Amino acid sequence: MSHAEQDEDSHYVDTAPGDESLDGYEAAEEIRTYLIGLGLATLLTLVSFFITRTALVWEPSIPVALAVLAIAQMGVHLVFFLHITTGPDNVNNVLALAFGVLIVLLVIVGSLWIMAHMNHNMMPIDQIMQMQS
Amino acid sequence: MLGKLSWAAIPLDQPIPLFTAALVGVVIVGVLAWVTLKGWLPYLWREWITSVDHKLIGIMYILLAMVMLLRGFADAIMMRSQQALAFRSEGYLPPEHYDQIFSAHGTLMIFFVAMPFVIGLMNFVMPLQLGVRDVAFPTLNSVSFWLTATGALLVNISLVVGEFARTGWLPYPPLSEIAYSPGVGVDYYLWSLQISGVGTLLTGVNFVTTVLKIRAPGMTLMRMPMFCWTTLASNLLIVAAFPILTATLAMLLLDRYVGFHFFTNEAGGNVMMFMNLIWAWGHPEVYILILPAFGIFSEVISTFSRKPLFGYRSMVMATMAICVLSFTVWLHHFFTMGAGADVNAIFGIASMIIAVPTGVKVFNWLFTMYGGRVVYSQPILWSIAFMVTFVIGGMTGVLLAVPPVDFVLHNSLFLVAHFHNVIIGGVLFGAFAGYTYWFPKAFGFRLHEGLGKASFWCWIVGFYVAFMPLYVVGLMGMTRRMQHYDVPEWRPWLLIAAGGAAIILVGIILQIAQLAISIRRRKELRDETGDPWNGRSLEWATPSPPPSFNFAVLPSVEGDEAYWGMKQRARQQAMPGEEPPYADIEMPRNSPTGFICAFFATFMGFALIWHIWWIVVLAAVGAFATFVVFAWRDEVEYVIPADVVARIDRANRTARGETFALSGTPS
Repeated sequence: MSHAEQDEDSHYVDTAPGDESLDGYEAAEEIRTYLIGLGLATLLTLVSFFITRTALVWEPSIPVALAVLAIAQMGVHLVFFLHITTGPDNVNNVLALAFGVLIVLLVIVGSLWIMAHMNHNMMPIDQIMQMQS
Repeated sequence: MLGKLSWAAIPLDQPIPLFTAALVGVVIVGVLAWVTLKGWLPYLWREWITSVDHKLIGIMYILLAMVMLLRGFADAIMMRSQQALAFRSEGYLPPEHYDQIFSAHGTLMIFFVAMPFVIGLMNFVMPLQLGVRDVAFPTLNSVSFWLTATGALLVNISLVVGEFARTGWLPYPPLSEIAYSPGVGVDYYLWSLQISGVGTLLTGVNFVTTVLKIRAPGMTLMRMPMFCWTTLASNLLIVAAFPILTATLAMLLLDRYVGFHFFTNEAGGNVMMFMNLIWAWGHPEVYILILPAFGIFSEVISTFSRKPLFGYRSMVMATMAICVLSFTVWLHHFFTMGAGADVNAIFGIASMIIAVPTGVKVFNWLFTMYGGRVVYSQPILWSIAFMVTFVIGGMTGVLLAVPPVDFVLHNSLFLVAHFHNVIIGGVLFGAFAGYTYWFPKAFGFRLHEGLGKASFWCWIVGFYVAFMPLYVVGLMGMTRRMQHYDVPEWRPWLLIAAGGAAIILVGIILQIAQLAISIRRRKELRDETGDPWNGRSLEWATPSPPPSFNFAVLPSVEGDEAYWGMKQRARQQAMPGEEPPYADIEMPRNSPTGFICAFFATFMGFALIWHIWWIVVLAAVGAFATFVVFAWRDEVEYVIPADVVARIDRANRTARGETFALSGTPS
C-alpha cells in the first residue's frame, strides 16, 4: 500500500493537533493564500449573479455556465481554504475527498435513478390513463 | 407561555407508563440522594462529568447503553407478552400504547443501545491500541457523549410528558406528517435524534482524525490492530451517512413545523423520497454498528486462539470493501415500493455481493481458530455464538435480497426475525464480547466467569427460542407490529417466542448479578499485570486500569501485533526492557463544556417539542455562549510531572516483570 509507506516517515509528535506555531513569514504566506482564495471565491460568486442577468451569453447555456462556476467555486474552496494539495503529506486528505465524492455521487445518482423509476411506475392512475390515451 | 404543554400532557389514564415513571423517578431520586449524602457529587463532577479522558467517556457511553438496554428490553417483553395474550382478544396494551412501545423499542435499541455501546468501546480501546494518550479532540468527545445522553433523556421524558411516536423506528410519512400524527410523539423522536445525531457525527469526525493522524511512532496503517481498522471504516461511514439522516429529518421537521411539503401527499410532496433518503442513511448505519463488532471478534478470536489473526490483509480489504459497498444497496429496504425490475435486480445483486466480504471475514475467523489452542473464556464464547448466529442471519438476509422473495416476505415477522438475528447475534454479542474482554482493562478486575457463562447460555438459548419461531410465523404470513390477531396456527409459536424472551430476561438478570458479584469480589479477581488474557495489542501494555496518560512513554511499534512482539523480547530476557527516560506529560484539562452544552440542548429540544419558543431562544443563546467561553479559554493543558509518571510505570513494570520471569517460554 503506497500510503502506508508514506505514513512511515510522518512521525507522531506529542502535541495537540493544530498546536504548531507559525513563524512570521509562514503566517504572512498563509494570510496571502486565504486572501487569494477570498478574491477568487468572490469573483466567481459575482460572475454567477452577473451571468443570470446578462444578455452577453446565449440564454440556454446559462445553467451550464452556472454549474461550471459552481464546480470552480468548490475547487477554490478546496485548494485555498481546505489546503488540498497533491503533496505526499496530503494523501489522507485526498483519499478522504475521493471517498466523499464517491459517496455523494453514489447517493445522488442512485437517488435520481431510483426516483425516476419510482415516479414512472407509481404514477397516479389518472396520469397513466392520459399517457395511454 | 408554555406552548402546547399543559397538565393534559401527563397520561394519567395509563397506569403502565405512570407506574414505570414513578419507579424510575424513585430510583433516580434515591441514587441522587445517596450520592449527595455520601458527598460524592464533587468527585463525580470533577472526575467523570467534566472528564475529557477517552477511557472515562467510553465507560459512560457503555453505562448509558446498558441502562437503555434495560428500558428497550422492557419494551420487548411487553410486546412479546402482548402478542402471546392477544389471540382473539385485545390483550392488555391498547393499540395507541402498543404502537408507541414498538416505536420506542426500535429507536432506543438502535440509537441509544447499539450506537453508544459500540462508540463507547471504540472510545475506550482505539487510542490505547494506537498507542496514544487521547483522541484528537478530547473536549469534542465529551460534547458528543453528553449530546447522545440528551437524546436518550428526551426519549425517556416522553414516557411521562406527552407521548412517543407511533410511527415505527423510522417515521415513514405520510403517517408521520402533522396531518396524521398531530401529537408530540414524532417531534420527540425527531428532536432527540437530531440532537444525538450531532453527537454521533462529531464522534465520527473525531475518530477518523484520530486514526488517520494520531498514532504511536511506527504504527503504520497496516500494523494497526483489526479493531482500529473497523473503527476507521465505521467512522468514515458515520461521517458520510449521518448528514443524510440529519437532512432527511430536518425536511420532515420543516414539513411538520412550518408547513413545507417535502414528503406530504399533496402540494408536490414525494413520500417515496423519504424512504429513499432514510435508507441511504439506514443501510450504512447497520454497517456502522456491525463493523466495530467485527473488529472486536477479530481481536478476541486471535487472543483466545493464541494465534495472529488469519489473513490480516484480506480482513482489511474486506472491511474497506464493505465500507464502500454499504452505500450501494439501500434500495433493498423498499423493493416493493415499485421501482421496477431493472432497479430491483441491480440492488438485489449488490446486496448479495456485500455478503462476500462478510463471508471472507467468517472464514478468516474460522482459520484463526483452526490449529489454535482455543481458551473457552467468556469473550470467545460470545464470538463463537456470533459466528453461528450471524451466518444464519446472513443467509436469511441473502434470501430477502432476492426481490421476488422479498415481495412475499416484506413487512412480515420473517424480516423482524432476520434483523434481530443479525443485530443481536452480531452487534449485541459483539458488544458483550468486548465488554467481557476489556472490562479488566477498564476496572482492574475480571468479571466473574461462572455467572458470565450462565448468562451467555441464557442469552443464546433465549435468542433462538425467541426468534426462530418468528421466522416460522413470518413464513405463515404474520405481518410485523400486530397488536392482536385471530389465526390459531400462529399462537403456539408466539407463546414459544414469549418464553424465549423470558429466558433472555434470566440472562440479563445474571449479567447484573455478575457485575455486582464481580465488584464485591474484586480482590480475588484482580488483574495485577494489566495483561489478563495474554493479549497481543498495545492496550495490554498499560496497567489496569490505565493511568490518565495511558503510556508513560509512547510505545515504539516495530511490527504487527505490537505488544506481542514486545512481550516476546521481554520473555527472552526474562524481564521487561530497559527503563525508559520519563518526561513530564501534558494532558488536556477537564472541561464542563460538554455537560453544559447538553444541559442547554435538553431544554432546547424539550422546548422545540412543545413549541415554547422563549426557552428555545434562551437555550440556543446559552449553548452558543458556552461554545464562545470554551473557544476563549486560556489554559488547555495540565502537566503530570515525570516522577509521578515514573512511580506509576515502575509499579506496573515490577508486576509484569514477575510474570515474565516466571514464564520464560511463550505460552
